[in-house]
Amino acid sequence: MDDVIKISLADANTQWVLLGTILLGISSGVLGSIALLRKQSLIGDAVAHASLPGICVTFLLLGEKSLFPLLIGAAISGLLATFCIQAISSYSIIKEDTAIGLVLSVFFGLGIVLLTKVSQSSVGNKSGLNDFIFGQAAALVGSDVKLMAGAAALLTVITWLLFKELKVLTFDPEFAKGLGLPTKLLNFVFLTLLVSAIVVGIQAVGVILMAAMLITPAISARYWTDSLARMIVLSGVFGAISGVFGTIFSTFGTGLATGPFIVVTATFIFFISLLFAPERGLLTKWVKRLRLNKRLQHELVLRKEGKSYQ
Amino acid sequence: MSYEAWILIVGSLAGICCGITGCFLILRRLAMLADAISHTVLLGMVLAFLISQSLNGFYMLIGAAAIGVLTAVFVQLLHSSGIQEDASIGVVFTFLFAVGVILLSLYADHVHLDVDHALMGEITFVPWDLVKWGFLPELPKAFLMLTTVLIINLLIIILFYKELKITSFDPQMAAAIGVPVLLIHYILMGMVSMTTVASFDSVGAILVVAMLIAPGASAYLLTDKLNIMLIMSALLGVAAAIIGYYLASWLDVSISGSMATVNGVIFAIFFFFAPHKGVLSKRWSQRKLKLT
Amino acid sequence: MNPVEVQNLTVAYQKKPVLKNVSFTVPEGKLIGIIGPNGAGKSTLIKAVLGMIPKATGEVRVYDKLYRAKERVVGYVPQRGSVDWDFPTNALDVVLMGRYGHIGWFKRPGKKDKELALNCLEKVGMQEYATRQISQLSGGQQQRVFLARALAQDAKIYFMDEPFVGVDAATERAIIELLNELKQQGKTVLVVHHDLQTVKDYFDHVILLNINVIAEGPTEDTFTLKNLHQTYGGTLAFLEKGDILVGQK
Ligand SMILES: Nc1ncnc2c1ncn2[C@@H]1O[C@H](COP(=O)(O)OP(=O)(O)O)[C@@H](O)[C@H]1O
Ligand SMILES: [Mg+2]
Repeated sequence: MDDVIKISLADANTQWVLLGTILLGISSGVLGSIALLRKQSLIGDAVAHASLPGICVTFLLLGEKSLFPLLIGAAISGLLATFCIQAISSYSIIKEDTAIGLVLSVFFGLGIVLLTKVSQSSVGNKSGLNDFIFGQAAALVGSDVKLMAGAAALLTVITWLLFKELKVLTFDPEFAKGLGLPTKLLNFVFLTLLVSAIVVGIQAVGVILMAAMLITPAISARYWTDSLARMIVLSGVFGAISGVFGTIFSTFGTGLATGPFIVVTATFIFFISLLFAPERGLLTKWVKRLRLNKRLQHELVLRKEGKSYQ
Repeated sequence: MSYEAWILIVGSLAGICCGITGCFLILRRLAMLADAISHTVLLGMVLAFLISQSLNGFYMLIGAAAIGVLTAVFVQLLHSSGIQEDASIGVVFTFLFAVGVILLSLYADHVHLDVDHALMGEITFVPWDLVKWGFLPELPKAFLMLTTVLIINLLIIILFYKELKITSFDPQMAAAIGVPVLLIHYILMGMVSMTTVASFDSVGAILVVAMLIAPGASAYLLTDKLNIMLIMSALLGVAAAIIGYYLASWLDVSISGSMATVNGVIFAIFFFFAPHKGVLSKRWSQRKLKLT
Repeated sequence: MNPVEVQNLTVAYQKKPVLKNVSFTVPEGKLIGIIGPNGAGKSTLIKAVLGMIPKATGEVRVYDKLYRAKERVVGYVPQRGSVDWDFPTNALDVVLMGRYGHIGWFKRPGKKDKELALNCLEKVGMQEYATRQISQLSGGQQQRVFLARALAQDAKIYFMDEPFVGVDAATERAIIELLNELKQQGKTVLVVHHDLQTVKDYFDHVILLNINVIAEGPTEDTFTLKNLHQTYGGTLAFLEKGDILVGQK
């Protein structure tokens, strides 16, 4: 087993792929934490699914699988999906969760329709597009990774620059307005960042499981700290770890998609956090309560004994 | 019966099953939980296959219903441990679905149950996948499963109509007058799981969400009465299935994808033009008010 | 030059206006109560003045200039309960948010801002709780933190939306002392207030609001039974019975 890991890690392409998944993990972890606190995680899920038609349309227009335009196409249809969700939930009696589910499935359905068209077209290299559904980090080549690394780094830097503004906008939007921040613009900027992180991430995780990259590292990080800055950093780290291990596990078998393994790793980290995090972990809390009870009982006994000596 | 007729019948049955179940999901704000369940039933089906070593629809239904209810339970557990609801849903469904996909790609390689199929369904194969049940002649498996689930769903709705209605409308009051709210919740989740499995073959895991949510959402824009909403939702489900099929054969594309798209188009039409609740009708009536 | 001048302000969320032709002038260096029944449009008034919601008609002037939020002369304490208490942030952090308007884009709060924020926490008696996660504070303590955040804004005019709701008597006293201190420093403080019993003790000036401005002026002349009847309509009969307006008759 060690040998397998060594061999696969020595391979130049694998190194690229690992670097790629690390950066994807970081950017989706970072933006996922803010999305989580804004209660927009599931919008992220919808965006991921909704990127499929954008990818297919771009492919049909260009007739080749070149990453950058595909990502642009994905981002456009992702943003369109968030726009539809907001329009439906604010202009009709349909609630937000219904709007999300509706947009998610209808866009994905349209994506599937277009995917069948893609596979019929003579230039069609359908397997390439299928990788978007479950993620196939191994299919990445050096130039793709450079592009994605650049995008992920840019997203992280922008988030870092706007940290203060995004924080107050998330925590107390009313107050942010009172401060004179352009909240509408900031909302749009954040959604654009989130959509970008998603479309960059679907290469590795796939459209269906992308939600996990936004939610699971972030919610795990929340268990370890009460500071937003630390939560965001930790979430990025957890995302990166999941990316690395998921990619390694998926190389053990041939043709295994990376996405599911990344998700399982992330969920493993989540379980550890849920149980063992200091302060908030369920097990930690339980042990603490047990100890406290014991100490109280002990003190009670001592006091009784003290009394009986008197 | 002809090949095409079977596809239309199966699609319509799926439309009815999903349509009536979906109404309750929308009213109870459970759309995303249903989305989660539609993903996780994949794990249920894979486990049922691995344990029973057969593709028997009955085992699949049981496995899926179990995992579906389990999904709802897990979400509830995480939520009550202090995690916000959307995150609980996200963590649970992605994990269970990921495990399902991994198991499927490791062990179920040679089976008819492949990932693409599970996601997108393949209604074109439905008329050939025949089974014989009891005294009945050989019939398509999907038809039998959908009919069974439809009967179960209808029975549940008829028997528990009052309870479903009041727990959807005001769960606190329902609990106060002694309606077992949680039980009703899990029964509904069981309905969703079974409906999903039965529709799986025809439309697949993700598109079944469109069939569950879209007709109900459109119907919700048309009426305020629950019983009328149920009927309309079923009719719209059937309409989307039939139009979707013909559109798909005309354009030569995925039938299930086309059904989902038509569902979306129907919703969009009502979103703008529904009498009273449509965006344009609201605007129009406002303008009339201003003029008078 | 008056701190706040509102002229013919009308605001509508939907068809029906929530505020209609509201005009008033606020004197400088006073404690002003905004009084009116639930749904009278008090919160809406504040939001419209701060430019947080669009106005249908009217004009708001702050120190004779058309107001824009960027000018940072106004501090705001929103109605409580609108935030996510589980948000990963502590009391000091929340107070620091009051400095964000001064710090400007992209920059981080510096040492001075932190000192100032700690100072504000001290003023509301919360310095010991600076590093506490906000959900682990009591309702009154949370309200004090939000007040400290407004102080950190270092504004000339303050708008506070029901700061006394859900706080105990001690906190209420502490808050009112602080408001008086602000007044001493020459600041103007507008407070949405519910408890008619304490209006006379707390405020120099009142605005009685119910969609329209019913009356506006020094508390002595304005806070009369007649005006209250007009503001509250039928519900006042019930209030009267409880001898809430002792000395008014
Ligand atoms: N966002 C909103 N959309 C529509 N109507 C609103 C909104 N906010 C407040 N209203 C309505 O405006 C009226 C005044 O509300 P508000 O200013 O909050 O009252 P108050 O603070 O005096 O209790 C109420 O009738 C309320 O229903
Ligand atoms: Mg109010």
